[in-house]
Amino acid sequence: MIPVLLILIPLLTGLLSFLIKEEKTVKGWALLTSLVTLVVAVTGCWFYPAAQLTYTTSWLPGLGADFAVGMDGMGKMLCLLTAISFPVVFVATQKNTYKNAGRFYGLMLLTQAGLTGVFLAQDALLFYFFWELALIPVYFLCSIWGGEKRIAVTFKFFVYTFLGSLLMLAGILFVYFHTADQSFAIKSFYQVKLSGAQQGLAFWLFFLAFAIKMPVFPFHTWQPDAYEQSPTAVTMILSGVMVKMGVFALVRWLLPVFPQAASDSAHVIIILSVIGMLYASLIAIRQDDLKRLIAYSSIAHIGLMCAAVFANNKTGMEGVMIQMFNHGVNVIGLWIVADAIEQQLGTRKFSELGGLAQKAPALAILLMVMALANIALPLTNAFIGEFLMFNGLFQYNVWIAAVACISIILAAVYTLNMVQKIFYGNTVPATANATDINQNVQFTLVLLALLVIVLGVYPQPIISLTTDTVHAILK
Amino acid sequence: MNAIILSALLGVVMMFSGIIIKEKSALKYIAAAGLLLLLIANLMHTYGIYQVRIDTHGLLDFQKFGLFFNSIVFAATLVYVLLSGKDIENTGLNVAEYFALIFFVLCGVSILSAYNGLLMLFLGIEILSIPLYILTGADKRNMKSNEAALKYFLMGSFSTGIMLMGIALVYGATGSFGMTPPPVNPVTGLYQGSFLEVAGLLLLFVSMAFKVSAAPFHFWTPDVYDGAPSVFTSFMATIVKAAGFIAFIRLFAGHTTILGPTWKIILSFVIIATLLIGNITAVFQQSVKRMLAYSSIAQAGFMLFALYSNNDLTQEGILLYTVAYSLATIGIFAVLIKMKDYTYDGFNGLAKKQPVLAFGATVCLLSLAGIPSTAGFFAKYYMLAATIKEGGAFWLVIVAVLFAAVSAYYYFRVIQAMYFKDGDAETHGPISNGFKYALLLLSALIVLVGIMPSVVLNWLYF
Repeated sequence: MIPVLLILIPLLTGLLSFLIKEEKTVKGWALLTSLVTLVVAVTGCWFYPAAQLTYTTSWLPGLGADFAVGMDGMGKMLCLLTAISFPVVFVATQKNTYKNAGRFYGLMLLTQAGLTGVFLAQDALLFYFFWELALIPVYFLCSIWGGEKRIAVTFKFFVYTFLGSLLMLAGILFVYFHTADQSFAIKSFYQVKLSGAQQGLAFWLFFLAFAIKMPVFPFHTWQPDAYEQSPTAVTMILSGVMVKMGVFALVRWLLPVFPQAASDSAHVIIILSVIGMLYASLIAIRQDDLKRLIAYSSIAHIGLMCAAVFANNKTGMEGVMIQMFNHGVNVIGLWIVADAIEQQLGTRKFSELGGLAQKAPALAILLMVMALANIALPLTNAFIGEFLMFNGLFQYNVWIAAVACISIILAAVYTLNMVQKIFYGNTVPATANATDINQNVQFTLVLLALLVIVLGVYPQPIISLTTDTVHAILK
Repeated sequence: MNAIILSALLGVVMMFSGIIIKEKSALKYIAAAGLLLLLIANLMHTYGIYQVRIDTHGLLDFQKFGLFFNSIVFAATLVYVLLSGKDIENTGLNVAEYFALIFFVLCGVSILSAYNGLLMLFLGIEILSIPLYILTGADKRNMKSNEAALKYFLMGSFSTGIMLMGIALVYGATGSFGMTPPPVNPVTGLYQGSFLEVAGLLLLFVSMAFKVSAAPFHFWTPDVYDGAPSVFTSFMATIVKAAGFIAFIRLFAGHTTILGPTWKIILSFVIIATLLIGNITAVFQQSVKRMLAYSSIAQAGFMLFALYSNNDLTQEGILLYTVAYSLATIGIFAVLIKMKDYTYDGFNGLAKKQPVLAFGATVCLLSLAGIPSTAGFFAKYYMLAATIKEGGAFWLVIVAVLFAAVSAYYYFRVIQAMYFKDGDAETHGPISNGFKYALLLLSALIVLVGIMPSVVLNWLYF
């Protein structure tokens, strides 16, 4: 029942939120229900035997599609990330006000339901359902509460991903008709026998959808604009959790269903990912806008994950698992800082900021932890993940790994540059009267910083949570 | 047979009720009651409880599929009358006649879902079309409505002429109005139709493509849909179009072998042209009504896939498509009629002023775009799945999928206008609560079918 609850709680409470008029009430309600979900997720991850973590009921018997959800290691880890992210985001943005707050939080919770569904689906059609359903509330969230250019930008994002998912639908149907028992069940998909050419065709149909979602170079153009224009609470979810849908889907659906095509195309995709990493890092260096910088840095990090998935070895895969979680934690932390700065000072441009460390020492310290995690310094959580991923890439091909490693240096350049421009130097007019962050932001940032350090020293919980998936995939 | 006779009778009854009953607003309730009766009579036939038996010498063949299609059409018309009955009243003076004509159209639909000979096809098409010419021109004092009626009539009779010629050629070649091709040649294992027959079938294809507004025979559609009073456009674009498809599929289900490989080539061309013209032109429209006209062409492109494949999924698919497409289009038109300004800008800010209308319209538009958890998704799903199952045309599926992504563009433009843009969308007078509840019910139905399509499809196998 746990997986069903994880989807059902945000779904129902989200629908109820639409009816709540009072902004304060709905904020409390959303926080409370997301905490309940978190408790359920934690219980499911550590206190339940695996046998009780699946649920199947007949959905469309004529088509061979079931409502089948289940938690394996990777599912657990990503559900945990989702369940942690939402209350953190709610607390951190508690002071932000929204018009029609009931709808805002309702849509947020619906997004959570969709995301969790994607991570838990054990049936291809159900997976497709949730894949799309996670997108629709986000479309409304960004278009209603976003920045100035929100409508056009969100629309680009929507059409891009919608196109990708439709191609994936064609791919799903293609595989479905080749399964032995005409079923959408994940087991049938894993056992499907396709010829080389068929695998190649279906592989690329699936991959396009995932590549757009992650995004991998050259399908990334929607991303910086969308991150910049979305309301920050949504951006946190987009970059913290939603992009993981793409990486997750690679591991869950692409590699096991099309092993041959995956290893054939690995070279092309890894090279594309590495190009994307360097390209995004270089652009990040040139950014003057805090949000865009984080957006590009996110592309670089996701590119590394994609490359490591296709390196297809144990080390790389373990790194991906850890990093999916850690990247979520780190990037949400960075967005919280960006939001705190923007809310207080009204600007995110480096050229208009400076000397903030004198005025807001707590923020400066906490940002430093997040920034160091973004560079993947040892003792931060990202170090373990990135080290394993580079190691995996190194086993795949030394030269590619060597080139990819340049992105670590570039990450240090843009991240430290950002810290320096915002926090050090002399105060400028914008920061002259700045005060330190409020308690909510401080609380969430401390929490995330603790996660960064604890997981940096002792990553074993995440590793042992996901070992079963890693073994299953590489078998 | 029940439905054919009863619908014709009800048409006559409606016509005379206009003389007897002076209260205009009562008529829509009579029509609704009549539709309910029709639905019940048809269901009685379907489940063998009672049916009027008339020997038609094999010209009509009532199969479960056709009868079930009738039920869907009657139910959809009922929904349509309940939602838009008030607007039918407001179209002009002769309210009773509009309802009468709608019943005559339904009579044509019932024939088309059961015809078993080219003669009956012709009769059905004519009984269906002639009331529509009148309905198109129902707004007598409006030049555009008159123009549309005349255009529709001229083009319609032209295509009927082509159909007759086709029937004549087929009859000349085979000596029968029958639907089943002669037995195959035992030596070659093939049946090679004579030149006359092939030519006749192609003419029939052209005329049917005209009726369902498939490109390149679609040119009448935008003008007629745009010019006709919006309530009747809604009826034409949904129920009538679906009936056209049923006739189309029935006609060619047995004949594809005669046309051989050429058939798939011609059909692929028509499908791609329809998808291309419908979708691309819809993108550039400024009026929502005209956009919906082109989108109906685009949707026809998807429905044409039902001709391409011929398996169990096709049958289920076309029924589901009829349900999904009719419900969504009736819903969006019902909202459109309430608007003062039919351009996209006219919808600006509707969500603030009329949240229920905006929500209902959004569900309908999402369904038309084929977003999962709305009926439209499974409609498209079945069409694509049937084609893939048929094999050999995966590329066509990819093309269709790409155009489905294009269609999201113009459907979502309306959603954007309603929710994200500021403005004061003006409606004709206040919106009644009954309308709002009906719209919400319709939205719920769309979502229900979108999550559980089996609620519709299980009826087929009862």
